Amino acid sequence: MAEPTTDTPLIAARGISKSFAGVEVLRDVDLDLQRGEIHALLGENGAGKSTFAKILAGVHRPTRGTVALNGEVVDINSPITAQKLGVTLIHQEPISFPDLTVAENLVLGRTVGAPLARVHWAQMTREARQLMDLLGVRIDVTRPMRGLSIADQQMVEIARALASDSRLIIMDEPTAPLTPKEVDTLFGIARRLRGEGRTIVFISHRLEEVRSLCDRVTIFRDGNRVATDTIANLSDGDIIRLMIGRPLREYMKKHGTTIGEVALKIEHLSKPGLFTDISFDVRKGEIVGLGGLIGAGRTDVARAIFGVAPASSGTITVNGKAVVVTSPSQAIDLGLAFVPEDRAIAGIFRTLPVEQNISAAVPRRIAPGGIIRRKVEKALAAESVRRLRIRLASMRQPIGELSGGNQQKSILARWLLTDPSVLILDEPTRGIDIGVKAEFYDMIGELAASGRAILLISSELPELLALCDRVLVMSEGRLTANIARADASQESIMQAAVPRSTVAA
Amino acid sequence: MNAVKSILLRREIGIFAAIVVFCAIVGIANPRFLTTDNFRVILLLMPLVMVAAMGEMLVIIARHVDLSVGSTLGFSAMMTALMFKLAPGIPWYLGFGVAIGIGAVLGLINGAMIIAFRLPAIIVTLGTLYLYRGLTFIASDARQIDRQFIPGPLKAMSANSPTYALPWIVIIAVAVVLITYWFANHSRLGRQVYAIGSNPAAAPLRGIPVTAVTLAVFSISGALAGLAGIMYASRWAFVNPSNTGWGFEFQVIAAVVIGGVSINGGVGSVLGVVLGVLLLSCVSAALPLLGIAGTVQSAIYGLVIIIALVIDQTVRERGILALASARSARP
Repeated sequence: MAEPTTDTPLIAARGISKSFAGVEVLRDVDLDLQRGEIHALLGENGAGKSTFAKILAGVHRPTRGTVALNGEVVDINSPITAQKLGVTLIHQEPISFPDLTVAENLVLGRTVGAPLARVHWAQMTREARQLMDLLGVRIDVTRPMRGLSIADQQMVEIARALASDSRLIIMDEPTAPLTPKEVDTLFGIARRLRGEGRTIVFISHRLEEVRSLCDRVTIFRDGNRVATDTIANLSDGDIIRLMIGRPLREYMKKHGTTIGEVALKIEHLSKPGLFTDISFDVRKGEIVGLGGLIGAGRTDVARAIFGVAPASSGTITVNGKAVVVTSPSQAIDLGLAFVPEDRAIAGIFRTLPVEQNISAAVPRRIAPGGIIRRKVEKALAAESVRRLRIRLASMRQPIGELSGGNQQKSILARWLLTDPSVLILDEPTRGIDIGVKAEFYDMIGELAASGRAILLISSELPELLALCDRVLVMSEGRLTANIARADASQESIMQAAVPRSTVAA
Repeated sequence: MNAVKSILLRREIGIFAAIVVFCAIVGIANPRFLTTDNFRVILLLMPLVMVAAMGEMLVIIARHVDLSVGSTLGFSAMMTALMFKLAPGIPWYLGFGVAIGIGAVLGLINGAMIIAFRLPAIIVTLGTLYLYRGLTFIASDARQIDRQFIPGPLKAMSANSPTYALPWIVIIAVAVVLITYWFANHSRLGRQVYAIGSNPAAAPLRGIPVTAVTLAVFSISGALAGLAGIMYASRWAFVNPSNTGWGFEFQVIAAVVIGGVSINGGVGSVLGVVLGVLLLSCVSAALPLLGIAGTVQSAIYGLVIIIALVIDQTVRERGILALASARSARP
């Protein structure tokens, strides 16, 4: 290998593009990472920063483009290759082997030798202790990984990077699950590693953290790298503008509706560790958006309202009546409906036919006395399929075979059968294509026009702006804004969404 | 304090307690249970299950299961016995190589199908449970190999004679246990088995050769079932195509699970499985002594398995609670 000069970047990525199933998530990204710098990657959810990081770490392979390490083009075709080249990715939720000891987790995959080679426990433990001492953390290396806090698991990952003498350590949103004190420790270690000439890539949503830790920042938007600069050259306003950037597309129209009395009123709802003191109301005929970054606690609030994981304090009033909701079936009886975010986990019964999926929320209508009336079930499902224009081969088809958009419509159909007065939609258009999206927007508008109160959780700013009468914004478990339609803009929502929590610098 | 606590936190403590309580109760009901003669009975009940359970333990730790061990035992035993019948002059000890080799191949076939067709082990080995049993019928023409064809020295290995302090098949089982202990805790491959079972998705990301380890684990399980096969021929001095190893997989899996090996993978110890085999053998030996009718024995056997698992679950939850409180107490 040619002796790299001091100004050869550690990593030089050129023309990196990546497509998943025909959708381009990274376009022609060039980026240099210098030795001994802490480099932040910023961008909205889905902007491509994590994909880029995973390409450097060998988790994904680029569709096009090259990565050079110390001036030499390398093929990072697997995480193992990345490890050998000195690149370590630390996932937000670290990957570990919970039943093995901390020391074993550190060396696993690194040790070489014949399959029946002896494992040197004493030496392994000694080396693991040395690494922990080096990091200045106190973790018993002989205990199993299971039960270790996220912060400690991250420390183990960092120790693993040091054990293989990594030159590039990528941390994907490492601070999200940490307490301020733990963040402090992490930053101290990151600065020390930079001092040793290692390069750190730091992915975060928290501008203040980026400001206190990083030297340079690169901003991604819609799969493009839109800016790279020294952090001091950019104001918070600049960064947010660069992150949003795109012009608002007016592909959605708003139905004129009359807004009635309060249907859902939330006061001082709290659940320790998830959200604090949430108060808002939603009126009949009103669409209220709930924006914020992933992990801000929006879904947790929805789950609390619907009784999936009830709040520990605060009150909920539905149609003027104070209620305590402790289970989803109770919420359904009160006229609430909840279309969850991850339909694969919480929404559909994948292997069951479409018609059973649709009728699942109204057991009493299809099965009075516990015996299913197939005729009623069929009729109800057929009616829903026609009304929502669900495209399918047969009503008996397992719902898992439908496209994402049609699955989502089926779940919406299920909840409409309960004739809810309050409808909570959590990221209803995620992962569905644009044509079905437009249909969805029309449907949401119609539902509001028919006098239902709608709470729409969405990470897509244009969606919130176009559909909602008001936009609430949550950040780190708190409600940070309540913006009327007239005042709502991408900037005002992002300003409220980006955490500005205290960082011990 | 710490040493005491770490002993009490071990998973094996629950099963150990169950054995002590069980033996005490049976001993009071019938003092003959606690005699040297009866200990010898229990000792001779253990070797076959013990040997196969060591292999099954590794398979289950890797988050798989091998339902075919009984049929693998049967086929290996039958092929070995056929060899003795058709070639009477052959040295008797070659039977060990043949039985272990055939078992290893059958295990390798299990592993290869699981990898190649990406099928769950429970499906593949359910299939080979019947396939290997069927091959045993075909090979033997559904006829039993009787005791005159089993070499004398082989039969002597199980002899309950005063010449040996311990019969050879017990010594073989002890050796297999010790080797498995070393393998599981001190070899690179053994630790990779635990890693795969603990987090299958992460294993390839950390450079663990999942395919090779899976094949190895099933081959070991097959080889040990094959070894149990020739031990069966030694112990019972016949091989029957329908009886030999029939239902054996359930004893083996029961012993492994009672021994605290998690069906979710990643967790399990040789000591626990040894205790699991011991408990089942104690129960088998106790039932006739307690005058329990043969018709009721299966039901009692099943109950003991469930009770042992309930105790184990309780102990594990207590262990996790203790860990949690230790964590929160940390500054």
